[in-house]
Amino acid sequence: MLNLRALFARQEFIIFIVLVVLCAAIAIVNPTAFLTVPNAFRILRACIVIGIFALGALMVLISGGIDVSFPAIAISALYLSTLIIVDTGIDSVPLAFALGGLIGLALGLVNAVFIGIFKLPTLIVTLGTLNLFRGALLFFAGSVRIRLSEVTTNFADATRWNIITVPAARGEASLHFSILILLGLALLVWFILRYTMLGRAIYAIGGDREAAERAGFNIVRTQFFIYGFVGLLAGIAGIVFGILGREADPFSIVGTELDVIAAVVLGGASILGGRGTVVGTLLGVLLITVISSNLVLLGIPTEWQRFVIGALILIGVGIPALQGLRRRAQRTQLIGAV
Amino acid sequence: MTQELLRLEKIVKSFAGVQALKGVDLHINSGEITCLVGENGCGKSTLIKVISGVYQPDSGSIFIDGNSVSHLRPIDSIRSGIQVIYQDFSLFPNLSVAENLALNNQLSQGKRFVNWGEVRAIAQEALKRTDVNLPLDALVGDLSVADKQLIAISRAILQDARLVVMDEPTTALTGKEVAALFKVVRNLQAKGIAILFVSHKLNEVLEIAEKVVIMRNGEKVLDTPARELDVRKISYYMTGREIAESYYDYAPKPNETPLLKVEHLTLPGAFDDISFSLRGGEILGITGLLGSGRTELAKALFGESPAKSGTIHVKGQVVSIRSIQDAIRNHIGYVPEDRLTEGLFLQRSIGSNIVTSTLKQLLSRAGIVENKKVNSEIGQWVEDLRIKTRDVSLPVRSLSGGNQQRVVLAKWLSAKPEILILNGPTVGVDVGSKEELHQIIKDLAYKGMGIIIISDDIPELMATCNRILLMRRGRIGEELVTRQTGEGELSAKLRQSAV
Amino acid sequence: MANVQVSPTKLKNADAPRLSLDSLIPRDTSIIRLLVITIVLFVVFSLLKPATFPTPINLQSMAFQMSEIGILAIAVALTMISGGIDLSINATANLTAIAVASVITALAPAANTDAGTAATAVTLAILVGLAVGLICGLVNGSLVAYANIPPILATLGTLTLFTGIGTVVTEGAAIFAQERLAEVGNGVIFEIPVPLIIFLLVAVGVHFLLSKSRFGFELYMVGTNPQASRFSGINNRSVLLRTYIISGVLSALAGIVILGRTNAARIDFGDSYVLLAIMICVLGGIDPAGGFGRIIGVVLAVFALQLLSTGLNQVFFDNPGANFFRQFAWGATLLLVLLLNYFSARARQRKTSAR
Repeated sequence: MLNLRALFARQEFIIFIVLVVLCAAIAIVNPTAFLTVPNAFRILRACIVIGIFALGALMVLISGGIDVSFPAIAISALYLSTLIIVDTGIDSVPLAFALGGLIGLALGLVNAVFIGIFKLPTLIVTLGTLNLFRGALLFFAGSVRIRLSEVTTNFADATRWNIITVPAARGEASLHFSILILLGLALLVWFILRYTMLGRAIYAIGGDREAAERAGFNIVRTQFFIYGFVGLLAGIAGIVFGILGREADPFSIVGTELDVIAAVVLGGASILGGRGTVVGTLLGVLLITVISSNLVLLGIPTEWQRFVIGALILIGVGIPALQGLRRRAQRTQLIGAV
Repeated sequence: MTQELLRLEKIVKSFAGVQALKGVDLHINSGEITCLVGENGCGKSTLIKVISGVYQPDSGSIFIDGNSVSHLRPIDSIRSGIQVIYQDFSLFPNLSVAENLALNNQLSQGKRFVNWGEVRAIAQEALKRTDVNLPLDALVGDLSVADKQLIAISRAILQDARLVVMDEPTTALTGKEVAALFKVVRNLQAKGIAILFVSHKLNEVLEIAEKVVIMRNGEKVLDTPARELDVRKISYYMTGREIAESYYDYAPKPNETPLLKVEHLTLPGAFDDISFSLRGGEILGITGLLGSGRTELAKALFGESPAKSGTIHVKGQVVSIRSIQDAIRNHIGYVPEDRLTEGLFLQRSIGSNIVTSTLKQLLSRAGIVENKKVNSEIGQWVEDLRIKTRDVSLPVRSLSGGNQQRVVLAKWLSAKPEILILNGPTVGVDVGSKEELHQIIKDLAYKGMGIIIISDDIPELMATCNRILLMRRGRIGEELVTRQTGEGELSAKLRQSAV
Repeated sequence: MANVQVSPTKLKNADAPRLSLDSLIPRDTSIIRLLVITIVLFVVFSLLKPATFPTPINLQSMAFQMSEIGILAIAVALTMISGGIDLSINATANLTAIAVASVITALAPAANTDAGTAATAVTLAILVGLAVGLICGLVNGSLVAYANIPPILATLGTLTLFTGIGTVVTEGAAIFAQERLAEVGNGVIFEIPVPLIIFLLVAVGVHFLLSKSRFGFELYMVGTNPQASRFSGINNRSVLLRTYIISGVLSALAGIVILGRTNAARIDFGDSYVLLAIMICVLGGIDPAGGFGRIIGVVLAVFALQLLSTGLNQVFFDNPGANFFRQFAWGATLLLVLLLNYFSARARQRKTSAR
């Protein structure tokens, strides 16, 4: 049963429409550059790391918190894994992922301790751990950029692990295998959120924390899962980042926090908690990525990129805000209609 | 066939040297509707928490189904079929009706995965048991308070509750919703489920209860069938003294301009063509059921949701009230329904709360806050309204309900209004404080203030108002003169207006 | 919580000059703790580096550095007290710097411009800069107060928007201020750095605004409970609008000071300033949920973090590692202070309930 009005009330649908309109506009103005397979591959590739981050940010946001430390966790995981691989000489990509995930998990659990056990505010704690992890990484582990090709073979070669390759104007264009990681993780997160009690606990905590406690949910255990899992995701994202860029630069990744959160919020997650979907998040990521890399095809110079994204964020968050206002007004009217 | 479900004998419970329960007995049989009444601090909440296993008694015995229980934990209580519905319902606004209904069930079964088909089936079962009809996919946050309560009850019943304890269930409901609730309660009774009500609304207590238990100062003072009681007797046992509220006497002065005159006030969807006037010294009651528009009218007069058409005259002059500031400028004050969220700043001091609206008058010429003026203003109101506190810099949440309401009143009186609108002024306030608050309101009217009270508490309306407007579906249905109308008649007219 | 029944009107401090508006006691302990931390830091680093730390030159240098972030922190503090936050402070500061530098470059370009023209140019430029801050604050305030957008998202959007505008105007390059603002950024009056004077003036001014004015009182109320404040007749929208405008103007002021010191306006300057300002506020006792916090706390927190920063720099012989350790130390300090607050609050609760 297609309830058009209900559909339009959903943020996910609105973002979808915006995305379609935007792509249509770019396609009309510049079809040759936009509507090509290589370009599609490029867009998808740009979505991967931010997409994995966004999945983690989604879970935190639904639970009613905000985590800004995940980029620091990601780069720590990448850099430390690289150092370990170089030191031990075990040049294996699966090992890299395992290490990255474990380090990410461990760092995420640090967040979990402060947030779950001491119940400190999430934004402030993760601000602290962001600086803690990054500072520790640069100071104790090192600040030298490592080119993967100079110190490893397999790890560096992973940048060429493509699942699809097509001929293109200049050589060939390919889709990297890590897109499968993103899709796999998206599926996993979707399943957890929709079909496990753990996932419902996350929504419950975001909806009403005290009610969740009274209902019997184990809040502390859920928080540990959330922040640990986010750490794990960040660690994996870090490794993917390293593979795609073929280097481990300890100064990279940090700085992208707010863009990720913007993508998740655009996709329908509420900053207050309790709402959000994987589909919406992926759409939000896609939207931000398309804008970042393709505005120029609309004839908009790159300097205007930040401006457009900023305007879009404002419009994107303005819509649910105005919707909220309208819904409140409607409710008072409903009372009169017996 | 009734059987004994729960028996408490000589329960004693102390906290930090203060005895909250001094040896209380209670017995509840299956299919019985019992009401527990008492002033704030009499020990009702403590008793409930002992029943639900949250507190362990210092001494005394608990028997469930005749079997002695030595250590009752919350999970044991739940498993024995005792379900408590708290005032805030503990529902999740961001989840669907179906999920809210089924969640506790799934959790107590230790489920790891969610089977949405099963969730819907469970939810439907719950609604069937209480004979309630609600859309399963609606978000609970979008529903009314009454609907949320029905969901909370349905959820409790699902857990095979044999005793449902409800803490102040009708506080936020209007007459029609209360009737619906009582119907559900009687359904449950027919199925052999026992209900324990905690309530301040004595009229409702008498209507629904079979048995009334009255507590005072940690002791049970009376335990009798409801038919042997009336409001006056209950008040007497609750407070230990006679509470006899008299009518409010109003003597109209000839040729006096009304303080407030409203003509054809309309807000589409809320109220329509409202006209009335209010003279200084009058206390006008406005009442009505769900959908009558009484709160919307009050908010329109206060500028919070202004009317779309019609005129308002204050002291003979036409005024435009399109914002709260406009209302205040015209010396209209409004004491809101929900004092905790709308009336008070809980973490801030009593003093701060009192001067919130009037700080601009306590400034020096340079616009700086003048301590002496502020302190004296605060002091005056604490004294006038007899607010019981030893230090006005304590946060206002440290006060009891009755005292908190006085702080809200003080805030408004400080602004020296000529017209004061009170919405549910004694909601959640016990009988003793209620009488004192009513007296304060009457004193204000005697001094010439025009007062409007919005309430569905019939005794309150009878005791304080000289005139009552009955609203129905956004219009004024009837105007009654209190002295010429009996309490029963008013109650009946209110119920009838639902038709 | 039951109240103590005392014979009715025993008013404590009824005639005392002290303002009985709010209990200062819980807030005071965290201020005292901060003061202790600041003193401890000073003592520790003075002992570690007696030759270079407690010297007038070093004190002066620290004073120069902390003032810009200090002004930004006060801006954020105001918005936090209102129950929101302003993430666009750095973007506003940079945009202001760009505007000011542009005006100066346009009106008083070369070194051979006469003093009169230069002075006019500088004055005009500063006014333009403050106007930019005002407009930015106006935009933020309107989004938060009228469009009802949650502050964190609104200022995230404007942060990106303002950065975008700055990027378009400068095309990524720097615009120079021709040394005209050197006095503002690098000058001293009686050996006290001008930026420090500006910072302290701002701190004192905002402190009085918060504690003695109607605006300050209403701001605390709005931050505590916006519904109750609306019903009490406080114009929430006006209060919030003014808050963000002040935040914008203060950010602009910070931008001018930065421009004075660096002589160059870039849109990407001060990446970490926003997070640092937020950290300072939290350390200084500003409650991110709104309604509580004092400027004295923010000032102390700025001192403390600056002492930490410079001290570490010196201990590490100006080794680049010092920057990294400093970030680590910031994070550790913040978490430590949060824990300390948590434990002391728990201890206090236990004391009051075991009456």
